Amino acid sequence: MSKKPVQFTLNGDNKAVFVEDGQNLLDVLRRGVGDLSPKYGCGQGTCGACTVLIDGEPHLSCLTLAETVEGRSLSSTGGLAQGADLHPLQDAFMRHFAAQCGFCSSGMLMAAKALLDRNPNPSRDEVVEAISGNICRCTGYEPIIEAILDAAQSGAGRRSA
Amino acid sequence: MSISVKTFASSAEAASALSGDRTARFMGGGTLIMRAVNEGDQSFNTVVLANDAALKQVQPQGDRLIIGAGVTMAQILASRDLDFLHPVARAVGGPAIRNMATVGGNLFAEHPYGDMTAALLVLDCQVTLAGGQSSALADFLRDRDREPRGLVASVSVVRPQSGVFKFRKASRVKPKGVSLMTVAAWVPQSGGRISGARIAYSSMGPMPMRIAAVEQALEGATLDETGISNALAAATNGIEPPTDAIASSWYRKEVAPVHLKRALLEG
Ligand SMILES: Cc1cc2nc3c(=O)[nH]c(=O)nc-3n(C[C@H](O)[C@H](O)[C@H](O)COP(=O)(O)OP(=O)(O)OC[C@H]3O[C@@H](n4cnc5c(N)ncnc54)[C@H](O)[C@@H]3O)c2cc1C
Ligand code: FES
Ligand code: FES
Repeated sequence: MSKKPVQFTLNGDNKAVFVEDGQNLLDVLRRGVGDLSPKYGCGQGTCGACTVLIDGEPHLSCLTLAETVEGRSLSSTGGLAQGADLHPLQDAFMRHFAAQCGFCSSGMLMAAKALLDRNPNPSRDEVVEAISGNICRCTGYEPIIEAILDAAQSGAGRRSA
Repeated sequence: MSISVKTFASSAEAASALSGDRTARFMGGGTLIMRAVNEGDQSFNTVVLANDAALKQVQPQGDRLIIGAGVTMAQILASRDLDFLHPVARAVGGPAIRNMATVGGNLFAEHPYGDMTAALLVLDCQVTLAGGQSSALADFLRDRDREPRGLVASVSVVRPQSGVFKFRKASRVKPKGVSLMTVAAWVPQSGGRISGARIAYSSMGPMPMRIAAVEQALEGATLDETGISNALAAATNGIEPPTDAIASSWYRKEVAPVHLKRALLEG
């Protein structure tokens, strides 16, 4: 099996890895780069737990062929907190009890970040739409929606990181 | 069996790589093909990509619009020229899927997918392959799964006058879910009567299809509850909807007139 070199930035840091033909980005991030923040839920595009931002837009890393991210800029939940300072979205998730088992949280946070970066004051319907590709088996979604709306109010969308 | 990935600069080169190899599949956005790769699908062993900017372009041409096969649902939503397709693109998956899913891939999506294809079917869609050959979408779909597969370069559609094109997707999961039944309709009127209606469903058969019985029943009818009653009665004439995790065939048949009516009168 041939290996190809791929370079990209992840949360602002340059990364260079060898990827196998057919290897998906989630696998490369977790096993190749060691960023365990995107989660493997289904490998089929249905759960959204593997959501990362590619050039600022949400993508499912399990369905992204790794070699196609050559030269692109990726962000994952691993880059949200600044040291001990949580990102306002993470902080709101904590206050609203929006994470129970936490398995969906990484994908939810990236889907929410993509929304707030583009639209700092979303309506409730826009929040619901933004996380419509992400499944949560624990919370019933309401705390997640409340957390995102609360984070928006506290200016999460205006923060650049 | 391992997968090999071949990337070409032009769609012509990618097309020739596909034409000589029955075990090769083109990758658009990858939302379906990567599922197959992840699951170790043995029916293909080569994935072909094309970095051809033309595949990503939307171009007006007379009263038609040419949409590159690599145009994503998100690109459609960002295009003012394609505003009539916004409700259709918005009905496909969640935001991440829409950033990836292409128009070309939608033509090959199997049940229960194909919402965009249903819409294209009523918009007089012509499919153009990388070699330049064109065919009507309905004819293209008939031979769609024949190997080796061609590379779709673009589709072209007519821009509808306002109120002529209607689209409605019914699903059981809110706000987004797999289609129970998708209806696309083209209902031009002349002198208060429907003339030349085109109706297509997806998720009601193995692939999206035109519904001739409904189209015939709409000819000369008025676009109101009484006028469309014969069309509603013919909603599932000649079709046998599939049973899947979302609904049984029986259920789909029972509710088809309801969704058809909503599409025609409220869509
Ligand atoms: C979670 C999830 C939700 C989804 N929801 C919907 C939905 O609501 N509605 C819907 O319609 N679909 C849905 N889909 C299915 C799919 O995302 C779409 O149908 C999409 O448009 C497929 O496009 P793609 O570019 O990702 O296809 P790919 O995965 O790249 O390709 C799919 C097939 O098409 C072939 N192909 C792709 N492009 C070309 C081309 N230019 N020429 C020749 N062959 C080509 C490939 O070889 C492959 O066989 C969903 C999928 C997932 C995973
Ligand atoms: S792991 Fe990617 S969507 Fe579930
Ligand atoms: S918190 Fe458990 S899946 Fe969402």
